[in-house]
Amino acid sequence: MLEIKGLKAVIEGKEILRGIDLVVPRGEVHAIMGPNGSGKSTLSYVLSGREGYEAIEGTATFGGHDLLALEPEERAALGVFLAFQYPVELPGVNNANFLRTALNAQRRARGEAELDAVQFLKLARAQAKALSMPDDMLKRNVNVGFSGGEKKRNEVLQMAVLRPKLAILDETDSGLDIDALKIVADGVNALRGPDFSAVVITHYQRLLDHIVPDRVHVLSQGRIVRSGGPELAHALEAGGYAAVVPEAA
Amino acid sequence: MNAPAPVSGPLAALKAAADGFVASYQARKSALAGDIHLRAEAAGLVASRGLPGPREEAWRYTSLRPFAETQFSASARAEPRAALLARIPAISGTRLVFVDGRFHSELSGVPKGFHVTTGAPAFGSIARPGDEKLVALNTMLAEDGAAIHVPAGVDAGTVVLVSLGTGRSVGFHPRHCVMLGAGARLSLVDLALGEEEYLHNPVLTAEIAEGAALTHLRIQDEGAGAFHLSTVYADVAARGTYDSFALTLGARLARMEVHARLAGAGAAAHLNAAQLLGGAQHADFTTVVKHDAPNTASRQTVKNVLTGRSRGVFQGKIEVARIAQKTDGYQMNQALLLSRDAEMDSKPQLEIYADDVKCSHGATVGALDDDQLFYLRTRGVPEEQARAMLVRAFLSEALDPIGHEEARGAMEAAIAAWWDRL
Repeated sequence: MLEIKGLKAVIEGKEILRGIDLVVPRGEVHAIMGPNGSGKSTLSYVLSGREGYEAIEGTATFGGHDLLALEPEERAALGVFLAFQYPVELPGVNNANFLRTALNAQRRARGEAELDAVQFLKLARAQAKALSMPDDMLKRNVNVGFSGGEKKRNEVLQMAVLRPKLAILDETDSGLDIDALKIVADGVNALRGPDFSAVVITHYQRLLDHIVPDRVHVLSQGRIVRSGGPELAHALEAGGYAAVVPEAA
Repeated sequence: MNAPAPVSGPLAALKAAADGFVASYQARKSALAGDIHLRAEAAGLVASRGLPGPREEAWRYTSLRPFAETQFSASARAEPRAALLARIPAISGTRLVFVDGRFHSELSGVPKGFHVTTGAPAFGSIARPGDEKLVALNTMLAEDGAAIHVPAGVDAGTVVLVSLGTGRSVGFHPRHCVMLGAGARLSLVDLALGEEEYLHNPVLTAEIAEGAALTHLRIQDEGAGAFHLSTVYADVAARGTYDSFALTLGARLARMEVHARLAGAGAAAHLNAAQLLGGAQHADFTTVVKHDAPNTASRQTVKNVLTGRSRGVFQGKIEVARIAQKTDGYQMNQALLLSRDAEMDSKPQLEIYADDVKCSHGATVGALDDDQLFYLRTRGVPEEQARAMLVRAFLSEALDPIGHEEARGAMEAAIAAWWDRL
């Protein structure tokens, strides 16, 4: 379970998160929607431990662990995964080596046996196939020369291989055409189960037609101002943020 | 060796050091093997012109003062410690081992199908002691070396040329010569390893005949107090290639100077390098490529990873003669600075006298990318490992083209182990 209480965070001295309260129980998928500048990406970076995103008040725990006290790699080993809005290119780093290094680093941190090259490739190829990714994407440098859609699919491939307990998807739908959107959504849905939670950050409702959330929260000016069921996303789509967020009017 | 005169500045120190080397030569010259006229001429050059100093353009970024202020004694036959021997990577091929500059036959192998002569300096015919002062010093004091001759059409496989420095402040100046007949092939894996303080001032000349190919893969991992000052001359005839990669890891002060001359149409040279430096290390990779014939190509990819207070230098000069139309010259120098106090100096120089050429050069200096580091860490890769991965990725453009798998493996291992010494 992810539990965030009274979380305030600053970037370069400017308060972006102004008291977030959010509980995502085990096995649930929650969507966070909100206008540009509401603090959606900041929340994802604070939860994953990016330098320069400083929590000044409140708590964020996952499975009882104080996330804010941990290094990014320690959060990853606990099962926290951030799917980036803009996946980073790593020239000179082979995608398969990258994934295997990451998986084995997490397994090592958890005291599990590492996978050898053969075991790993079998796993990675199967997951790539399930995401309709050509095998050669594993051989290429991480995200280098990938189209926008390929980069997002590569994020979902990493998620499928690393099997996190909590995935934070930061505008994973941006820049995707409808076919790629479906592939990405199928990838996330395939992971759904009692041991998987997700926070799906999105500006638009259309992703939520494919990844149907248990709860929808509306973020505005650094606070959650409305929460509801999936129908809240439809209300936003119909009436815009102004309809549900008084300040946005 | 004479007692050094009291010195006041760098020039006086360099002069005193040169005088000391000349005195050492005078005392030992009757015992030195090889061409006495060549040596005497070189001694005259060292006596009159001394060692390279800060006022010379080619030595603007590298000061030999720490070297000039160290006393080196003449080398004698020595046995390397087991720990030093164990550092020689397992690379199959004919092994030629020099200990403190002297050939060590028990540690060496016997060539098949080509010829190797040792026991005297292999002066060759293309070195220029009149132009390079350290080559004059080498010529004056050289005691031993390998002459490797591969007959026309023969593929000699791999020769592993190993220099072991045992420390004790000895100075040695080996002189090697490689001659490839037309169409011959050789991979020369050139390892300079050692412990503590000494001077290693080798000169290697390579004469590459028509259509011949020399692959020269170098690892410089000298002792922490050592001075590595090496000069390579490679003359490449028509359609021949000199394909080199040099990895610099060791020594307190290092300068690798490479002079490649593309003398025949269609000749090519690759002068790639990587320098990984920490602490107060200083390493200089200096190249001069002369395009003296049409349709010749040169490529240089030089990568530097610098931490601590280390300083890296790259000087790359490309000279294109009037006759050398359709020259293709490329030079790229990149530095990754891992600390605030590290410094990179980069000096490209193009002198082009032909009108139909393609020459480009570039240089970048930067730090590790925070976004890349964070991305790796969110995937669970610990920070140290993430940094090592990104450094390895930075080097890949220079390392990946190395076709000799065992040599590349040895380099990969040396780079992976580099982090442990920081």
